Amino acid sequence: MHLVSRLKLHCGNVLRELVKNKILFLMLSPVILYFVIFHYLVMPGAYVAFVDFNISKGIFASKFVGLDNFEFLVKNGDLWNITKNTLLYNFAFLALGNVIQIVFAIMLYEISSKWFKKISQSVLLLPHFISMVIVGVFAYNMFNFKTGFINTMLVSLGLDRYEFYSDPGIWKYIIVAFKIWSATGYGMIVYLATIAGINNDLYEAAYMDGASRSQRIRYMTLPMLKPTFILLLLFGLGGILKGSFDLFYNLIGTNSVLYPQTDIIDTYVFRSLVGQFNFSMGAAVGFYQSLFGLILVFTVNLIVRKIEPDSALF
Amino acid sequence: MNNTVGKEDAGSLFIKAISYLCLAIFALACLFPFVLMISSSFMREDEIIREGYKLIPNHFSAKAYELLLNNSQALYKAYGVTIFITVVGTVSGLIMMSMAGFVLNRKDFKYRNFFSFLIYFTTLFAGGLIPSYILMVKYLHLKDSLFAMILPGVVGAWSIFLMRNFMKAIPDSLYESATIDGAGDFRIYWQIFMPLAVPSLATIGLFSALGFWNEWYNGMLYIQSPDKYPLQYFLQRMINQTNIQALINQGAVINTADLPSQSIKMATAVLATGPIILLYPFAQRYFVSGLTIGAVKG
Repeated sequence: MHLVSRLKLHCGNVLRELVKNKILFLMLSPVILYFVIFHYLVMPGAYVAFVDFNISKGIFASKFVGLDNFEFLVKNGDLWNITKNTLLYNFAFLALGNVIQIVFAIMLYEISSKWFKKISQSVLLLPHFISMVIVGVFAYNMFNFKTGFINTMLVSLGLDRYEFYSDPGIWKYIIVAFKIWSATGYGMIVYLATIAGINNDLYEAAYMDGASRSQRIRYMTLPMLKPTFILLLLFGLGGILKGSFDLFYNLIGTNSVLYPQTDIIDTYVFRSLVGQFNFSMGAAVGFYQSLFGLILVFTVNLIVRKIEPDSALF
Repeated sequence: MNNTVGKEDAGSLFIKAISYLCLAIFALACLFPFVLMISSSFMREDEIIREGYKLIPNHFSAKAYELLLNNSQALYKAYGVTIFITVVGTVSGLIMMSMAGFVLNRKDFKYRNFFSFLIYFTTLFAGGLIPSYILMVKYLHLKDSLFAMILPGVVGAWSIFLMRNFMKAIPDSLYESATIDGAGDFRIYWQIFMPLAVPSLATIGLFSALGFWNEWYNGMLYIQSPDKYPLQYFLQRMINQTNIQALINQGAVINTADLPSQSIKMATAVLATGPIILLYPFAQRYFVSGLTIGAVKG
């Protein structure tokens, strides 16, 4: 009885709020409707990972198979391979990316020419605004066998053409290079904002005391960047199972020769959707990615809350 | 630099010199692919076939552009589709997100934390590609609809929070005096907050527009009719095809042998990126302010 009356009271409160602030609710409703339809309605659909999906029956009428889909993926080695690739690529992006971003942020801060600063910042940021389709065009422009720029150079030097698109090994480096190419400007600006936030008096005091430029970088700038670096690294680790689908798909596409070393979770899920029409298998991988991703974010957030409570996400 | 003369030791000068050098090299590396793409698009087809793409062509030819602009109905259609989804998506997204940001910033709105969490949680856990594909196609019947490219990206959780944080900077006293004067909630939002929020609307609007301009993913997933391809997806298909005849000219007759396929591919890429490159110098400062705010807050 007690519970029922409390529930009634609660509903009454909600209703009163609804009437009082009906305009506000109305204004918020399009966005909430969007998130309910395109996110919350999708979530129960993850159930498709546990059935043998039959498109005419729909998700919930298909035959329940428990963990069979997951078992199959573990046994044939696919899950291990794409997880390994995703992790390794993201580690490379994170570690190499952040170090390069810090180095460039410091360099940009240390130079004195204003116009050089401005122009190089603009140019370095430009790749961030280009679609990955264009990056795919760049790769084609440079690496294709018959007309690619690199092969033009090789031939003009009297060397043999190189078939990039049938050598899986080399794409590891090309992918990482394009990622660095497109992400450096953005990350650099984040670090630059942190450096600019360091109190200028500190630098001046150090200067008065006769600290050299390298001493200032080593004993002031770098230690001050450490918290930002650790935070960005940690949050990066939280998303380490999420792959950059658009980068990989536009560089590799449907070239199956390159898959062994370039297939990540997201490209695998995509192929199970458009290529093989194996919805349940793809959904199983997707669910595995979302679930472990969530666990990772919570773990990372716990760590962040310990070391720097203000920066925690929740 | 006068005050530092004499104090700059060799090490400091060395660091400075290296900084200039590295920045210059990286900047050139950032520009190189664009330059190569542009000069490739102006090459003569026989030169490309014989020797490959070059940074400095022997002969200059604008034939690829001529053919594209005179004959390609498909390119114009793709431009139309992209402009349509960019305008409709950005405008409707901005209206929805600014209203949400306004409401979520209102301290007298009791459930603002609940709704904020409802929005935030979607950034932590996603149902996944396959279930959303099934929802879009089987239940919402959006296969081959232009809205399949607009709806999935129309609002974003981070942009809403960015909007809310921008609104926080507007003093509450403005809102209070307007209430005393008898203005309703919507009127306060539309006549007082929106004009003040123009810089933030510009920032978020530019990000949103950029996202729609670069859209290809949903086009690839959901669009089947070639006349509904967005620009970037049109380009992606062209790059991956050896025979681009069918893609280029719907109706007009061009001899395949005369079609400069290799330079047309690059010319299409130039035309698809052109507007971004042209607008970039003007839009850049909004981008940078959005990037730093987003990075600090998020």
